[in-house]
Amino acid sequence: MTTVRARGPVAPSGRRVAALLHRAPRLRLAGLLAPALLWLVLLYLVPLGLLLATAFFDTDSFTGRITYAFTTENVVDVLTTPAYLLTVVRTVGVAVGVTLLCVLLALPLAVYTALVSRRPGLLVALVLTPLWASYLVKVYAWRILLAPEGPLGGASPGYGWFAVIVTLTYLWLPYMVLPLHAGLTSMRGSYLEAAADLGARPWTAFRTVVLPVLAPAVAAGSVFTFSLSLGDYITVQLVGGTGQMLGNLVYQNFSTDLPFAAAVAVLPLIVMAAYLLTIRRTGALDRL
Amino acid sequence: MVLSPTARWLLRAAAVGVLTFIYVPLAVVLLNSFSASATFAWPPPGLTLRWWQVAASNEGVRTAVLTSVQVALLATVVAVVLGTLASMALVRYEFFGRDAVSLLVVLPIALPGIVTGIALNTLFTGFLGGLTFLTLVIGHATFCIVVVVNNASARLRRMSGTVEEASMDLGATPWTTWRLVTFPALRGALLAGALLAFALSFDEIVVTTFTAGPGLQTLPLWIFQNLFRPNQSPIVNVAAAVLVLVSVLPVYLANRLSGDTAGTTTK
Repeated sequence: MTTVRARGPVAPSGRRVAALLHRAPRLRLAGLLAPALLWLVLLYLVPLGLLLATAFFDTDSFTGRITYAFTTENVVDVLTTPAYLLTVVRTVGVAVGVTLLCVLLALPLAVYTALVSRRPGLLVALVLTPLWASYLVKVYAWRILLAPEGPLGGASPGYGWFAVIVTLTYLWLPYMVLPLHAGLTSMRGSYLEAAADLGARPWTAFRTVVLPVLAPAVAAGSVFTFSLSLGDYITVQLVGGTGQMLGNLVYQNFSTDLPFAAAVAVLPLIVMAAYLLTIRRTGALDRL
Repeated sequence: MVLSPTARWLLRAAAVGVLTFIYVPLAVVLLNSFSASATFAWPPPGLTLRWWQVAASNEGVRTAVLTSVQVALLATVVAVVLGTLASMALVRYEFFGRDAVSLLVVLPIALPGIVTGIALNTLFTGFLGGLTFLTLVIGHATFCIVVVVNNASARLRRMSGTVEEASMDLGATPWTTWRLVTFPALRGALLAGALLAFALSFDEIVVTTFTAGPGLQTLPLWIFQNLFRPNQSPIVNVAAAVLVLVSVLPVYLANRLSGDTAGTTTK
């Protein structure tokens, strides 16, 4: 090593760093990864951990300040009070309904864009562009649409749980279409033809060829439709009538009783963690 | 695919139906912003540009738009820098915990905004001295990183790493390789990612609610606060229409830039 260096001209320090980086790919990797990783750990994971910890603190009922003494009171409160449990059940119900409705709408659309259409790129762009339109404005659009004196008029179901499910479905639908389209595109043509050539009837081909591709795609899409529905509070405020979801509980208690709000906010996290662990086996997480 | 004409027809009808479902509400918002009526009326009794003029001279709306633009620009810059570096690590290297890092990048948009929002709020108000303009930018940058990572990764995966290796073998420093080889190939994808990050930040409301310093109002916050005031409704309608246009245009541009619709718009 020393002999090699002695023969060459003395390298300026920048060049030496470059040479070091060239020889040490692990160092290059660390340099590339560190900024984003530090950011996400310090400004995302640490706050999530703090939130989790806050759920186990208490508030002084007199001053409303947090007292840093360990208590399971809030968590127990959320999990045992019937009214809160009902909200949990209702919220999960809405999330399940939204996810099912998203699959129902996205499936025919994705089959069409991926396997039938001659211009799949254009169609997918058409579906995905509204994904970026403002969340708030999309909810507002449904508030207008469903208004008693609105465009639907007497046919409008009015504000309430049905309106919440339709609006949330509208919001998260593109998240379901995209993985379904991507999954189905991968088998465009040849797979199904091969199945048919080998004598599979359409139903058999669907079960043995299409379904194994579809299942992880649906799982990947449902991570978004399910999770984002679980935490929503604005949609319920705008089109839900007097209904309340977990997000509303968090929002209302946030300024007065943070530990309680944190305990409620942890619920969607637990549900999501359980959900992610369950679908991990399908390989869906690689497709997010 | 071998499908009967009936099946094809049904699928086409379903696709048209879903696309109608997607676009009608947005069209209603746009149309509503031109309604001649000062209160909500359907169908609009007439069309006018008046409310657009009123909104354009409304102090609250103007300040809010300016704040939104500033936050979105700064958050985008942070997201592009962090996201580009991370995508090169994720695509070009095999390392322990790579899947965990990928998941970590997606989590801020995969988990409900209210969870991210109050988590950040707890950190900022409890430990870092309160909410400011900067905390808002930090909140937005955190969930914007994923868009840049997705765009840059899609492009990196399609271009072979051997070109970069050749450049290094010929004696180029990592910086020179980046400047002359990697960046020119990535430029379109990065610009697309930046546009999408900008759009995402511009219309975000939930994390914004919990991380914006006192007195700061972005356009979505302004809309939300004026939503239930009947006398403001024509201006709210215009602001809503502006949000639709501002968020859809970048996506259109991003698609043109990257030429890979499915990959780029992955949120």
